[in-house]
Amino acid sequence: MSTLAPNMEQQTETALQVTDLRVATTLGTEILHGVSFALKPGRMLALVGESGSGKTTAGLACLGYFRTGLQHVGGSVQLTDGADLLELSDAGRRGLRGGSISYVPQDPALSLNPAMRIGTQIMEVLRVHGYGASEADRRNRLAEVLTDVGLPNDAAYQRRWPHELSGGQQQRVGIAMAFAFRPEVMVMDEPTTGLDVTTQALVLQTIHQLMTTHAVAGLYITHDLAVVSEVADEVAVMLAGRIVEQGPCDQVLHAPQHAYTRKLLAAVPDLAGRHRIGEVAAVTGAMPIVGVEPAASVRRPAAADPDTASLLSVADLRLSYGSATVLDGLNLELGRGESLMLLGESGSGKTTAARCIAGLNDDYTGSVSLAGKKLEPGTRKRSAEERHRIQYVFQSPLSSLNPRRTIGESVEVPLHMSGTFSRKQRRALVLEALDQVQLAASFIDRRPGQLSGGERQRAAIARALVNAPSVLVCDEVTSALDVSVQASIIDLLRTLQVETGMAMVFVTHNIALARHISQRLAVLHAGRIVDMGPTDEVLDNPQHSYTRELLTHVPAL
Amino acid sequence: MSTIDTHTETPVTIDETPPGLLRRILRQRQAKVGLALTGVIVVLAVFGPLLLPWLTGYTSTEFAGRPFQPDGLFGTDNLGRDVLSRFLDGGLSLLVFAALATGLGMLVGTAAGMLAAYQGGWLDSVIMRGNDVLLALPQLVFALLAITVLGPQGWVVVLVIGITHAPRVARVTRSAASAVITEDFVRASEMYAVPRWKILAKDVLPNITGPLMVELGLRMTYSIAAIASLSFLGLGMQPPAADWGLMINENRTAMTLQPWGVFLPVLAIAILTVGSNLITDAVARASATVEESK
Repeated sequence: MSTLAPNMEQQTETALQVTDLRVATTLGTEILHGVSFALKPGRMLALVGESGSGKTTAGLACLGYFRTGLQHVGGSVQLTDGADLLELSDAGRRGLRGGSISYVPQDPALSLNPAMRIGTQIMEVLRVHGYGASEADRRNRLAEVLTDVGLPNDAAYQRRWPHELSGGQQQRVGIAMAFAFRPEVMVMDEPTTGLDVTTQALVLQTIHQLMTTHAVAGLYITHDLAVVSEVADEVAVMLAGRIVEQGPCDQVLHAPQHAYTRKLLAAVPDLAGRHRIGEVAAVTGAMPIVGVEPAASVRRPAAADPDTASLLSVADLRLSYGSATVLDGLNLELGRGESLMLLGESGSGKTTAARCIAGLNDDYTGSVSLAGKKLEPGTRKRSAEERHRIQYVFQSPLSSLNPRRTIGESVEVPLHMSGTFSRKQRRALVLEALDQVQLAASFIDRRPGQLSGGERQRAAIARALVNAPSVLVCDEVTSALDVSVQASIIDLLRTLQVETGMAMVFVTHNIALARHISQRLAVLHAGRIVDMGPTDEVLDNPQHSYTRELLTHVPAL
Repeated sequence: MSTIDTHTETPVTIDETPPGLLRRILRQRQAKVGLALTGVIVVLAVFGPLLLPWLTGYTSTEFAGRPFQPDGLFGTDNLGRDVLSRFLDGGLSLLVFAALATGLGMLVGTAAGMLAAYQGGWLDSVIMRGNDVLLALPQLVFALLAITVLGPQGWVVVLVIGITHAPRVARVTRSAASAVITEDFVRASEMYAVPRWKILAKDVLPNITGPLMVELGLRMTYSIAAIASLSFLGLGMQPPAADWGLMINENRTAMTLQPWGVFLPVLAIAILTVGSNLITDAVARASATVEESK
C-alpha cells in the first residue's frame, strides 16, 4: 500500500471534518460541548485556547484517541471517504494513526524513545504501516523525510541517539516521524512550546514548508497567539470546551468578534510595546508600559545619596560544573527601585545567575554585594537581614508551595525564621501580604491543591513579600502560566514595584515581555552578558549580533 | 463592530476536597474485611487477659488437670493447663512486641532514609552501604545470633526485629524523599534558612506519608511473623509465660490427640497476618490514587 500525495485539485476538499464532537469524563461531566471544525489539504487550522479549554482533547479526538477517564459521547470525525473515524474498531484506528493521520506531541524529549537510534524510530513507522515494496524503498523515504525537515540525512546522522540532538532537532525528528508516511492530516500539539525562539522559528518554518509543498491538512494546537499568526491560515478559539470564534487568521487576530478573543489578544505581550497587557478583566490595569525612569524614583528621598546609587552589584560571577562553564564572568548593577530583565535562552545560565544572587547556589566565585556589602555565598551563611532583603520567586507555582501546608503556613515561613513576631503579628502580616498580591483573606487557610496556577503564583509572591524585600528576583515566574494570567501577574509585579519601591530582577526567556516589565534589559548568552542597557535602547539598537538574531526570530501578531 | 459574548458558565470550582486518605481506605471492601479480622484478634488479645479467671476459671499458668485431656472448652495442654486460658493470655505480648519493633524500625529507618536523601554525598553512601550490609543478613539468623548472645528477653527481641526492619524502611523512605527534595518548596525553605530537621519534618515527611503507611503495614505483618517464629523456636517469651508461638511448640507433640492447643494460636496468627496484609493493600491502593490525582 502506498499513499500518493493528494493532488492539487483536492484543495477545496475537506481532509477531516469534525462535527458536533462531544466528549465527557467517565463520571459524566461534559468536557467538549459540540466542537466542529474542518481541516483542508494544504491549510493549517490553529486551535487556540488557555489550559483546560479542551484543545488537546479535541486534537486527540481527530486521531480517534481519548485519554483515560474520557469518553466519546456524541458527534463524528469524518475522513475524506466519509467514514467516521470514531465508528472504527481499535485496530482500524491504529491503522490510521501515524499513517494517514499523524501526531506531533509537545515534548520531543519525552516522545522519542531514548534507547532507539533516530533512524530506526522513523523506520519503525514506515515498517508498521508497510511503506514501499522493500527495505530499500523505506531507506530512501527515511533519507527523504529527514531532508524535508531540514536535518542531515547521512547514515551517521541516522544512527544518532535522541540525546545527541538538541531540542529543536529532536522536535524535527518528531515531525519527520509524523510526516514519514505522507499523512493527509497532521495534528501538532504545541510542538514549539518548549523551544527557544530561534529554534522555534526554524521548526515553524519547517512545518510551514511541509504543509504547503505536500498539501497536508494541519491542526496546530497552541496557546501562543503570536505563533498562530506565523503558521496558521485559519484560527479557532476555544473556551471551556466550545469554539467561540472561528475564521481566517487575519480576521480573528486583527478584527476579533468575540469578547474572549479580544481579552486573549489584549493579554499577549508584544515586543513593540504598542498596547498595555495589563488591560485584562480582573486586573487593575493601572500600570501602563514601564517608564524609562525607575519606578520608585518618585519616592526616593535622596537620589544623590552616593551609596544608594547601586543597590545590588554582581561582579565577575563565575560558576562551572566540571568542564562545563555555566557563568563566565557576569557583571551587573541594579539601582534602587529599578527593574532589570535578565533575558536568555535555555542553557544561557540565567536561572543559575538568579540563584547565585539569591544565595540558593553557593558554588560560585566572584561577588554579589547588596548596598555595598559583599554577601556570603549560600543563604545559610548570610545574615537574617541580608536574607530578608533579597527574595526569590520560583518558576513553577506547582512545585514552590508545599501541598501539605496551608497558604498561610507557607507564607509565614520567612517570618517564622526571623523569629521576632508573635503568632498574631505573623497572621496579620500574612494577611497584608495576601492583600498586596490581591488574594482574599480566605486563601490563608486553603491548601495549594485548591488554587489555580495564577493564584498559587500570587501566594508564592506573597511569601517573598512578607519581609518587605529590597530586591525581588523573579525566575521565569510567568512561563508556566496562561497569557491572561501572565498579564495579571506582570501587572501585579509592576504595581508592587511602584508601591513598595523594591528593585526587581526579572529572569525570562520571553523577550516580548521586555517593554512591559523592565527599565533595563540584560541579554545573557553562554554565561556572559552580551548586551545591556535601557530596554528601549537595547531593543531598538541592539549592539550584539546575538541580540539582533533573537529579535528577528520573535514571532509577533 | 459588534461583540459576541458567549456566557459560558464559569467552571464550578470543586471546593469539596478529595476524600482524605482514611476515608479512601475505608471505602474499600478489602480494608473493611482486614479491619474486622485484625479487630477481632486485637480485642481478643487485649481484653482476654483481663477476663481470664472469670471466663475460664483458671489463670494461664494454673494446672487444670492432666496433660492433653479434653477438659474444659478446648482441653488441657502438655502440662495440664487450660488451653483457652493460655490462648486468651498469649496474644498481648506478641502484639505489643510486634508494634514496638515496627515502631522502632519505622522511626530509625525513616530518619536514616530522609537524612540520606536530603544530605546526599558521603553520608548518603555511608547510610545506604550500611543498609546493604544489614540487608545481606537474613532477619531470623541475625535475630537468633543476637538472642543467643544477649539472652531471650523482650527488649532484645524488639530491638533486633526493629533493627532488621530499619534498612528496608530506609530504602523506601529514601526513594520517596529524594523525589520530594528536588521540589522548589524545599529549596524555598532552604532559602529562608529553615533548620534542616524542620525541613525534613514539615516539608518532606508529610509528603511521603503514603509510601510510609504502606511500609508500616508491611513491617507490622513481618514483625508478627518474626516474633511468633522466635517464640516458637523458644527464643521469645520463656515458659511458663503464655504465648501463641510458644504454645504451638509446646502442643505440637500431641497434635492428633489434642489439636486445639496448636490450632487456636495458629488460627489467630493467620487471621492477624491476613487482616493486616489486607489493610496494607488498601492503604497502598488509597495512597496510589492520591499520587495520581495530584
